[in-house]
Amino acid sequence: MSQDVTRAEVAVVACAELFHEAGEILASPMGLIPALGAKMARLTFAPHLLLTDGEASLLDAEGHVEGWQPFKKVLDVVVPHGKRHVVMGANQIDRFGNQNISAIGPHAQPERQLLGVRGAPGNTVNHRTSYWTPKHSRRVFVDAVDVVSGVGYDNARKAGPAASRFNDVHRVVTNLAVLDFDTPDRSMRLRSVHPGVSVEEVLEQTAFPLDTSNVTETRLPDADELRLIREVVDPRSSRDKEVPS
Amino acid sequence: MDKRMTADEVAAEIRDGMTIGIGGWGSRRKPMALVRALLRTDVKELTVVSYGGPDVGLLAAAGKIRRLVFGFVTLDSVPFDPHFARARQSGAVDVTEYDEGMVAAGLSAAVKRLPFLPIRAGLGSDVVTINPDLRTVTSPYADGEGLLAVPALRLDVALVHLNRADARGNAQYLGPDPYFDDDFALAADRCFVSAERIVDTADLSSAPVQSLLLNRGAVTGVVAAPHGAHFTSAAPDYGRDEAFQRHYVACAKDPDTWPSFVDRFLSGDEARYQSEVARFREAAA
Repeated sequence: MSQDVTRAEVAVVACAELFHEAGEILASPMGLIPALGAKMARLTFAPHLLLTDGEASLLDAEGHVEGWQPFKKVLDVVVPHGKRHVVMGANQIDRFGNQNISAIGPHAQPERQLLGVRGAPGNTVNHRTSYWTPKHSRRVFVDAVDVVSGVGYDNARKAGPAASRFNDVHRVVTNLAVLDFDTPDRSMRLRSVHPGVSVEEVLEQTAFPLDTSNVTETRLPDADELRLIREVVDPRSSRDKEVPS
Repeated sequence: MDKRMTADEVAAEIRDGMTIGIGGWGSRRKPMALVRALLRTDVKELTVVSYGGPDVGLLAAAGKIRRLVFGFVTLDSVPFDPHFARARQSGAVDVTEYDEGMVAAGLSAAVKRLPFLPIRAGLGSDVVTINPDLRTVTSPYADGEGLLAVPALRLDVALVHLNRADARGNAQYLGPDPYFDDDFALAADRCFVSAERIVDTADLSSAPVQSLLLNRGAVTGVVAAPHGAHFTSAAPDYGRDEAFQRHYVACAKDPDTWPSFVDRFLSGDEARYQSEVARFREAAA
């Protein structure tokens, strides 16, 4: 079976694994692969997850509306209350998990305006945050991000206890690997490489040093997970457009 | 009491240098007919507070924004608004960039007539370095936490678009999300509401009472604006016009094409806009 599992499917499972033992919390996956991962997780090992329709409704696994969650409730209550795990994109990310989605270049007059910081500052000091990037490269994995939007471990620490109290940057999933921050100084560590990817390739595509002392291989989906990905959560194979094999 | 007025009458109330709040969220339920009316005036130097979508892009393209207070500008199904990107990259607009929750806290402080509200969001991020006037506040209780003090975002005028309103200014949303329109209304000295339909007060009871987001005490003027959120969504009356939004983005990306978009869609009144949109749709069908 491992022969025909695609890279996109490995990435979906790696995103699903973000929610292992998450319990009855809101999963907020931004982007296709994290969304497929969260759905697959709920259909298998994380049945209690709450998920939205991208608008104001919470939908259960059968597609029934089970709750109301307008944007105001998200910002006023859900984020600060903390029972949430968001998976955001990152135009840039650094060694301590600082993320940029605001602008490239100097903030006063950027070379490239992006979305703006959005909810990244609030998310990262209130609850667990992971990141997904479909193109692991030195343009994304940089020495220093241009505009700190999502707060990494070093900046949270510097900003004091109110910033670091709930700061919890969990993992970074990419098209090549899974990374985490389980190191003494909370700097990024290479946790696993996807099948067919070498540690050297990941290091080449990362502008800063990574702890590679305990790298495993990212697990493949089992037969049931593969069926769910292909037949239930993504029957049109949209995943292959985001992560070509 | 009859508060009905035209979009152009609303736009005439807005003066150079005012701070205006615009309701909706991204490319969702934006008061676009009121924004289009504003584009037809010579008003300039506005400070705009918005969960930004094409409202911001259009006002920036017309050179009306001096400062934008925002957490994001996006067209949702298209990530970036080309006009806003160009305005930022050329340094044409100043920005106060906040976390989304900070914008909400600033509006809420204004609603409650408080000087600020404390929040955790923003701490440790570049929001504090790019807004050096932001201050922190220390909890007076045993925890002693140092939190960000978001200053009140008081507005001169708020512009919002809802599904139904009566002539007295009671206004109703029928879609799934009120966004922050009630906070925009109460944070402003004057709030102008455009609505898909102006109905008799009795007809407002055809939907659950909690859909009545704004009561007349918060509303200065009401504008009948069918398809007034176009090309953003106004669920359940209509969804986002994705084809037209793509056309907007394509024209906005190309400085050579943009003048023809302005000429066709924005140089006339709202009726002309809507009839040109109808023609655009027919041609695309």
